[in-house]
Amino acid sequence: MKVLVCVKRVLDPQVKARVKADGSGVDLANAKMTMNPFCENALEESLRLREAGIVEEIIVVSVGGGKTEETLRHGLAMGADRAIHVVTEETLEPLAVAKVLKQVAEQEGVGLVLTGKQAIDDDSNQTAQMLSALLGWSQAAYASKIKIEGDQATVTREVDAGLETIQVRMPTVMSADLRLNEPRYVKLPDVMKAKRKPMDKIELDSLGLDTANRLTTLKVEEPEGRAAGIIVNSVAELVDKLRNEAKVI
Amino acid sequence: MASLVIVEHDNNEVAAATLHAVTAAQRIGGDIDLLVAGENCGAVAEAAAKIAGVARVKLADDAKFAHGLAENLASLIVELAGDYSHLLVASTTFGRNVMPRAAALLDVAQISDIVEVHSEDTFMRPIYAGNALATVQSADRIKAITVRTIKFEAAAAEGGSAGIENVSGGLDTGLSTWVSQALSDSDRVDLTSAKIVISGGRGMQSGENFGMLHSIAGKLGAAVGASRAAVDSGFVPNELQVGQTGKVIAPDLYIAVGISGAIQHLAGMKESKVIVAINNDSEAPIFQVADYGLVADLFEAVPELDAAL
Repeated sequence: MKVLVCVKRVLDPQVKARVKADGSGVDLANAKMTMNPFCENALEESLRLREAGIVEEIIVVSVGGGKTEETLRHGLAMGADRAIHVVTEETLEPLAVAKVLKQVAEQEGVGLVLTGKQAIDDDSNQTAQMLSALLGWSQAAYASKIKIEGDQATVTREVDAGLETIQVRMPTVMSADLRLNEPRYVKLPDVMKAKRKPMDKIELDSLGLDTANRLTTLKVEEPEGRAAGIIVNSVAELVDKLRNEAKVI
Repeated sequence: MASLVIVEHDNNEVAAATLHAVTAAQRIGGDIDLLVAGENCGAVAEAAAKIAGVARVKLADDAKFAHGLAENLASLIVELAGDYSHLLVASTTFGRNVMPRAAALLDVAQISDIVEVHSEDTFMRPIYAGNALATVQSADRIKAITVRTIKFEAAAAEGGSAGIENVSGGLDTGLSTWVSQALSDSDRVDLTSAKIVISGGRGMQSGENFGMLHSIAGKLGAAVGASRAAVDSGFVPNELQVGQTGKVIAPDLYIAVGISGAIQHLAGMKESKVIVAINNDSEAPIFQVADYGLVADLFEAVPELDAAL
C-alpha cells in the first residue's frame, strides 16, 4: 500500500507570532519555520506502518512557496521515500488544499492518507476532514492509536470526553493527534540521504482546480494583553488575596 | 436568513456547548433551527425545543446517527443545508470533526472557532494559538461555522417552545463503525464549564501527585486540568489537556501548578478571569499572565494551600 502524508510548513511553535503593524497578517519575514508538529506525528506513523510491513511506499506532499522544499526535505530525512511539492506563492484555504490533495491522492493511487489534526498557524482543523469528504472515504480524525488489518482499520480517537474507538473502511484519511507517537529525531546521514531522494514539483495552476479563497482577511490584530499581576510571598497571602481581593473562592 | 445549529448530545441530554453555539446564531440574526440527529433521542429534541430563541427542531432519529459518526451526519447536514444561510456547531471534538466534512461537500469554506460576530458574513477568529485575531469576511452562499464556546454565553436552556419536526434522509455510508468509548469519570466536575480549574504540569512529576490537586478541587468544587506536558508524560488522560489543541477554557479562577506556560498552554487558559501560578522557577512564562504568582516548591505550597482552604 502507498501512503500519502500531508505536511505543512509553519512558524516554529516555540516562537510567539508577531502581528504586522499594518494589520495585514502575521510577520513571518526571517522567522524560524518548521514542520507542523502534528504533521510530524502523521509522518512518524507512516514510518512505523512501513516498518510493520503494512505500507510499501511513503509519499510526502506539501503545498506552498519555494521554501516549502525545506519542510519536504525534512520529511524525506525522517524517512519518506519521495516528495511532491505543489508550488504556489498564494496562501490557500483548507478547502483548496483539500482539493489539491485529493488530486494527488488519486493520481498516486494511495490507500491511506495521513495528516496532522491541525496546523498550529491558522488553527483551522479542517483539511483532513475536507479531504476525506472530497475523496468519499472514511475519516478518522484525532487518532491516538491506529491498527490496520486488511480492508479495515481500528482507530482510537482523542475526544473531549476521553477516548473513542471506531472502525473505518480502507482507504481512509486519518489525522494524527500528539499521543499517536513520538516522532524520531533526524540524524545527519539521513539529511544527506534526503538530498538525493526524488522531489516532484507541480505548479498549482497546472492542476486546473478552483482554489480561489472564499474568505477575505479584513484585519489581523493582537489580542488585548493581560494587566501585570503581583508576586505573593506566601500561601497565606495567596489565599487572602483570592478571598478578599479577587473574591473568587 | 436562517441558521441551522447542530446539536451535540449523547442521545439523552443536550451538551452544554451547544447553548453557546445558539447564542452565536442569535448574534447573526434570523430564524434559528436546531438539528438533533441520533438514535432514540426524542428526549434531546424535547430539551432542544425549550432552548430560548429557537424556531424549529429537526429530529432525525435513526440508528445510522447513533454515535454521531461524521460520514453519515455530514450527509444529512448537506441535504438540509439548502434552507439555511448559516450552519453552526460548537467547536468541540464533535463539531470540529463533522462540520469540515459537510462544508467540503457543500463546496464552502469553514470559519473555525469564531469568537465574535461582526455581521452576517464577517467574523473574528483567533489564529496562531490566540496570539493574533483575524477578522474574515465570507463570500460563500452558506457560512459553515464552528463556535468557540468561551466567547459566547450560554443561551437559556428553558423558555422556548419550538415545534419538533421529524426529518428523514442522510446516508448510511457504511464507511465507519463505532466500536467503544472510554470516558472519564462522570463524577468529576466538567472541565469546560467549571468556575474554578486547578491544573498540573510537568512539575507534578507523576500521576499520583495529581491527588494533591484533586483534594483541593474537591474543596473548591473545581475541575482538574493539565498541561500537554503532563498528558504526554502519561500522568493524566488526554481529556484533561488545556491548550491550543486541547480544551480552551475561561473559568473565574485558574490555578496553574508546576506549569511553565508554553505558548500552546496559554492559548487554552489566558482568557480566565483570575490566574494563579505556582512554580519554583521565577522566570517561567506563566508568571507573565498570572494575576497572583507564588514562586515556591509546589510539593510544599500545594499541601499548605489544601490545609488553608
